[in-house]
Amino acid sequence: MVQKLDYLKETPSQTAGPYVHIGLAPGAAGFDIYEQELGWDIAGPNAAGERIRVEGLVIDGTGSPIKDVLLEAWQANAQGVYAHPEGGGDVEEGFRGWGRVITDFATGEWGFDTVKPGKTPGRNVGTQAPHINLWIVARGINLGLNTRIYFEDEAEANATDPVLNLIEWERRRATLIAKRSERDGTPVYRIEIRIQGEDETVFFDI
Amino acid sequence: MPSQGEFYQRDRERHPPAYTKDYKTSVARSPQYSPISLQNSVSEITGPVFGHSDIDPMDRDLLHNYAQPGESAIGERIILHGRVLDENARPVPNTLVEIWQANAGGRYRHKKDTYLAPIDPNFGGCGRTITDADGYYYFRTVKPGAYPWRNWVNSWRPAHIHVSVFGSGFAQRLISQVYFEGDPLIAKCPIVKTIPNQDAIDSLVALLDMNATVPLDSIAYKFDIVLRGRRSTLFENRLEGN
Repeated sequence: MVQKLDYLKETPSQTAGPYVHIGLAPGAAGFDIYEQELGWDIAGPNAAGERIRVEGLVIDGTGSPIKDVLLEAWQANAQGVYAHPEGGGDVEEGFRGWGRVITDFATGEWGFDTVKPGKTPGRNVGTQAPHINLWIVARGINLGLNTRIYFEDEAEANATDPVLNLIEWERRRATLIAKRSERDGTPVYRIEIRIQGEDETVFFDI
Repeated sequence: MPSQGEFYQRDRERHPPAYTKDYKTSVARSPQYSPISLQNSVSEITGPVFGHSDIDPMDRDLLHNYAQPGESAIGERIILHGRVLDENARPVPNTLVEIWQANAGGRYRHKKDTYLAPIDPNFGGCGRTITDADGYYYFRTVKPGAYPWRNWVNSWRPAHIHVSVFGSGFAQRLISQVYFEGDPLIAKCPIVKTIPNQDAIDSLVALLDMNATVPLDSIAYKFDIVLRGRRSTLFENRLEGN
């Protein structure tokens, strides 16, 4: 018998189930238990850059919106810095870059206000186009799904983004790009995340 | 703090695949394309940072965090405790651990839960805490009850507590469920059985820990959580140490 390597194994995932909001967003589930809800203000009041709104739906294989989904957003600030010791620098006071996003339980619509992220460093060289990292859990999703939101009006940066370019099927790249419009003077980016079926969103094993 | 490299790749043979037909809800909620493998960049290596000021120490006590003054949740009082480690067996300090669960009768405090077991007026069912410097966490709560659910006609979930953990990078983000040693429903549960590997299933079962009980107060279960490990940065003059 050879020696053991003695690494541990990651704890396996289980679905977040239908009541994920009880644990992660109790205020949205309808009961106030904590002094402070986590992840409700992504950018904070002092963040520089363009204020934007991001909206969308998560749609299942039958074409129906998933109404019990919970998304987490993780993004850099307008300078491309993440609020983390290895994030590449300092961020504005109150900028967290992380948000918890809940759907309207009746329609499945979700949305959040933030600042548009800047370009971030690529893995070894070059830069990544502005993007928001998303993590999606819900009943029936056995392992949280990782994806990204890119921005329609960053066509030049998107064209050289190393992650978008990793997607061999060019038509699938479009599933990650949010469409821009404007409401009351604020840019609104909309994206529909399709879990399955035609135009299935690209998910990443990160 | 020394600069570090990417996380070890996720061992997908121990995680449930997306499509698991016996857990019926997964059928329409499972991607059909394989996920695209991405080597980590700063987007994945970084993740949200939490401080002790975000969390009230009371948030970890589910016996009392929703109870009227002087009251306490009803049920078998337990301590759920353990450490958050990475695959290198190093503790993960200052990380957020959140839990949610049904009450002792198997009923969630949620308007969509219509199971006929009663709501406990003194039990909310959610808690959160931050690991200490050794990666240690604990909660006080009641052991949740088993409950029926609409999968097969007569499906019952084993007693379980949902657990959500962050780690230091977004790539470590994880939600799982804690089961309890000796529960005969574990082996029958379609959600448990989404995991293809028995050894991986066993790692979700908390062991009765008599040494951590509080005599005449609470029984205890120990549950360690393992997040993905991380390489150190490659140094050409120290290849053996990476």
